[in-house]
Amino acid sequence: MGTHAHTIESHPDTPARTFVWVWIWLVAITGFEVFLAYKHLPPNIMLTILLGLSVIKAGLIMSWFMHLKFERFSLVLLLVPALVFCICMILIFFFPDSSRLLNLRPH
Amino acid sequence: MHETDQQATLASPWAGGVSPFAMGSKKLGMWLFIISDALTFSVLLISYSYLRFANPDWPLPFPFSPAILFSTMMTVVLLASSLTMVMAVSAANRGERGKAVSWILATMLGGALFVGLHLTEWLHLIEEGVRPFSNPWGSPLFGAAFFGITGLHMTHVAIGVIYLGIISFGFGRGKFSSEDVEVSGLYWHFVDLVWMFVFPLIYLMSVKY
Repeated sequence: MGTHAHTIESHPDTPARTFVWVWIWLVAITGFEVFLAYKHLPPNIMLTILLGLSVIKAGLIMSWFMHLKFERFSLVLLLVPALVFCICMILIFFFPDSSRLLNLRPH
Repeated sequence: MHETDQQATLASPWAGGVSPFAMGSKKLGMWLFIISDALTFSVLLISYSYLRFANPDWPLPFPFSPAILFSTMMTVVLLASSLTMVMAVSAANRGERGKAVSWILATMLGGALFVGLHLTEWLHLIEEGVRPFSNPWGSPLFGAAFFGITGLHMTHVAIGVIYLGIISFGFGRGKFSSEDVEVSGLYWHFVDLVWMFVFPLIYLMSVKY
């Protein structure tokens, strides 16, 4: 156990100001999303932009608030590709059936 | 085992002698849980997006006031609670127990406020006649999708508030370590992160002009 404890690394102490800046960015992006919702864009374009902004927000939260930025890169390699792969699999299995159902719908 | 062999085994990152990710097992366990829970929400949100686009009569029931105003306030409250949680983790790492407990209590307050605002928002919709399988405006699946996804998220927030309560109590009494505070923080930020997808997909994609 003693050897094990020595291998756990502590993170550098980030100044509170940095976290407040990340928070301000997150609130600003949220404000921009609400602004976009009233711009009457086609739903598919709106969905793409909103999802893109959400991924940026998720990235900020994971890197700074969840300290992923300070963890070993091997952890990122363990977690992120697995998640992306599973989401791709969901989409691959979901869309053929869902589009078939759409085509079956009476017009 | 020869002593030099033993030392070589302990020095190897994957032989069990050291932690390959340089973190405790609790934190690694929480990360793995977060990934599996993220997939649960991914499936729900992908299914919701399909329903949203497949139904031309999907209801657009969210006017600026109160729905969008409320949900934006809820987003800001949840983000603020994440900020207070980060402060709690920093204070816990510095060994400032009293400060850490205060920041965790502030986080819990944010979480409780979020649940309160969200329940008010639910009541608005219920009063307008939305039920899990019917509503006055269009596709009957709207209620199931809305209550299902936001309900699961709200359950996560409520469990998070209880979890943080236990952690703050134990940390204040010296029973839990700063690692426990950090692990609970990971859960809390994850709940915040999920809302960053729920808010635009559920609310902003169904704005009533």
